[in-house]
Amino acid sequence: MRFETRTSPHLIPSHSVGGVMRQVLYALVPGTLAMTWFFGWGVLVNVMLAVLFAVGFEALMVALRRRPVGATLADSSAILAGWLFALAIPPLAPFWVLLTGTAFAIVVAKHLYGGLGYNPFNPAMVGYVVVLVSFPREISLWPAPEGLLHGSLTLLQTLQTSLTGRLPDGMEWDAITRASPLDLMRDGLVAGQTVGEVTRSPVFGSFSETGWEWTGNLFLLGGLWLLYRRVITWHIPAAMVLTLATTAGVFWVIDPDQFASPAFHVFSGAAIIGAFFIATDPVSAATTPLGRILYGAGIGLLTYVIRTWGGYPDAVAFAVLLMNMVAPTLDHYTRPRIFGHSRDRHG
Amino acid sequence: MHLHRFHGGLKLPDHKTESTVRPLLALDIPQVLFLPLSQHIGEPAEPLVGPGDTVLKGQRIGHANDYIAAHLHAPTSGRVREIAEYPVPHPSGLTAPCIVIEADGDDRWHDDRLRGWPDWHERDARSLRERIRDAGIVGLGGAAFPTAVKLNPRPGKAIHTLVVNGAECEPYISCDDTLMRERPKSVLAGVRIVAHLLGVERVLFAVEDNKPEALRALRDALSSHDRSRIQLVGIPSIYPTGGERQLIRVLTGREVPSAGLPADLGIVCHNPGTLKAVADAVLDGHPLISRIVTVTGPGVREPRNVEALIGTPFADLVAAAGGYAPEVNRLVMGGPMMGFAVGDDAVPVIKGTNCLLATRPQDTPEPGPLMPCIRCGECTRVCPANLLPQQLYWFAKSKNFDAIQDYGLFDCIECGCCARVCPSNIPLVQYYRFAKNEIWAREKERQKADLARERFEFRQLRQQREEQEKAERLARKKAAVAKQAPEGEKKAAIDAALERARAKKAAQTGENPADNGRPDT
Repeated sequence: MRFETRTSPHLIPSHSVGGVMRQVLYALVPGTLAMTWFFGWGVLVNVMLAVLFAVGFEALMVALRRRPVGATLADSSAILAGWLFALAIPPLAPFWVLLTGTAFAIVVAKHLYGGLGYNPFNPAMVGYVVVLVSFPREISLWPAPEGLLHGSLTLLQTLQTSLTGRLPDGMEWDAITRASPLDLMRDGLVAGQTVGEVTRSPVFGSFSETGWEWTGNLFLLGGLWLLYRRVITWHIPAAMVLTLATTAGVFWVIDPDQFASPAFHVFSGAAIIGAFFIATDPVSAATTPLGRILYGAGIGLLTYVIRTWGGYPDAVAFAVLLMNMVAPTLDHYTRPRIFGHSRDRHG
Repeated sequence: MHLHRFHGGLKLPDHKTESTVRPLLALDIPQVLFLPLSQHIGEPAEPLVGPGDTVLKGQRIGHANDYIAAHLHAPTSGRVREIAEYPVPHPSGLTAPCIVIEADGDDRWHDDRLRGWPDWHERDARSLRERIRDAGIVGLGGAAFPTAVKLNPRPGKAIHTLVVNGAECEPYISCDDTLMRERPKSVLAGVRIVAHLLGVERVLFAVEDNKPEALRALRDALSSHDRSRIQLVGIPSIYPTGGERQLIRVLTGREVPSAGLPADLGIVCHNPGTLKAVADAVLDGHPLISRIVTVTGPGVREPRNVEALIGTPFADLVAAAGGYAPEVNRLVMGGPMMGFAVGDDAVPVIKGTNCLLATRPQDTPEPGPLMPCIRCGECTRVCPANLLPQQLYWFAKSKNFDAIQDYGLFDCIECGCCARVCPSNIPLVQYYRFAKNEIWAREKERQKADLARERFEFRQLRQQREEQEKAERLARKKAAVAKQAPEGEKKAAIDAALERARAKKAAQTGENPADNGRPDT
């Protein structure tokens, strides 16, 4: 009797790229819903449009490169890149911001470098930085986190805003948007206020602004689930959060009037989602265990430095891209000791 | 006993019970046996019989010429039909020279068979080793390294510990489990013999804790004397604990040096099946002509363990296990992690055949399309050698053979953990095998080139020397002649000599004409 010959292992495969990506997507759901609750329908509209654009660009690029379109789309990596990008963008951003960002993320950052697995930079962050420097006004307009129940725009109005870039008649940007906690803190400190005076503002919750806090908490929940499911390892998130908190802690202890608390830094802005969902993008991160710790620590440190002394409040994206550059070097110098060898090998 | 752990490894679904619910079955003698001349690592045996010869059970039919080789014995009595190429169990589906024996069914033992040594205690290491070599014993755990070689440690390497590797960590395989349950006394007899031969201080008998019955049977079979020397150790079942280096790490916390052997730590490691074969050879004089094979998987109807003669076609084993399930599509020799799929079930059981695993499409579904590596690092997390498999993959793919060796390619034990967890379906181990083969081939090429260059350079040197010597000789001669005679005298001397020769020749032809035309008498 004849049989097929195949290579080992002869077991049901335990993992797939699509499976890994989809687990990350599931883990994003709670945080995304929380964001929608606090910042309005715009979050969902952004996610849907960005995913649509990202998948469209992915399909186009794959077709141009004469690869199987269906099989490539099935890996869900374009959906994930679009989704992560959408979460970084203010909920009422006009559609061309999303189109530009996803185009750069998918076409330039991903496929011009060889597609999935070959991109040295995190595509979503490349897309975000491109729109950040291209559309500074649109990117700074964050709605005040007031909860969907007292939200000001309906789904239809949101769609309209997204498509036209203009608010419905009778509404003013100034009325519905507010600086993010990081912006508030920066502007307050620049204006000569102390940290205490800034955080005494009624919008602040226990660590940060209420809506931002809750969003952070639910992304943290998703991140912990990813850890539990072993989709990601602890190295990068732990190193990033601990470094950010420690660095913030040192300055905070020295001068609590001029430097915000570690809790504020960890629960404001993109620190949590960055630590669990963005910095952990395997393709552009370091891969050795020690390399991942250094990589995460680098992102944490750079995030603090950029937030505190840099020109942009959106520090995580820049920190991730800067550490992407050194990831190969980190890998090279952090090779683990091989079984049966007495010492680590270094290039 | 305090146990240690090694980096990585996997918890795998063990699927052992399927084959252990049925008792061990001794297989009937097949009508025709196919005995490959090469069943082990090392040089193939040289046939001692020819077509038409009658052979008897236990008769040596293949001779090991090399140190790293093993003799081959007739598993039953019969007639040699031919010595020809037949398919053998090999990943490439190769054919190889086999001695084909038609069994006569009498199963008559060879008269000159080895005699049993109940007095083995009084034999020295050398004669025990010779006996093991005569019996054609190789490691029965799968790698099939000649056992006598492993029992001959290099001088200066004192062996203090014998490790018995009863881990059997691959899913589905249960032949060692069955052996330890059903014949614990034979296994322990082999342990005592080898411990005596090596002069070890202690024996660590390691069994994965998913085999409680084997542990119990062994414990019951231990005599009070054994208990002080032989320590039974239940170890956690984490694949690949059965790897020699991983097992030694678990038991002792020490790592076998990368370029070394367990003997460098004073440790020798043997499989229970091998030790049972040693006991048979020493106590009864039986050569290695049969072994226990697990026939299992969802592709057979009644998974079980069978004792089969070496040379029995796989198909006979499957028949004993109730035949194939309807949808069977793959037949693997060995376990699901390191075993290889064979193309045909006519290939025979060899000494290293521990398991036949038959699967259906739904048990080993078509892996999705090959995806690019996303550097997720799962492979790094599970690698028991603490390598960076994805880096090795990049280097193998780009044929950067210097870098891949620097990253520890030759520390890879090919356990397949990385390939198992790779979400991109990359057959990582194949890439490492490719790189290893390529490096070996280049090394051979380089050695050949070096030799050719040396020869060429030597030839050039010799020619140069000869040239030089010739020139020197000529110069010397010239100098000597020039010293002896000035130009004018020399010419006169030559003329005089020529004159003398001419005169002599004329005289000869005149005086003795009959010499040339002398008739035969």
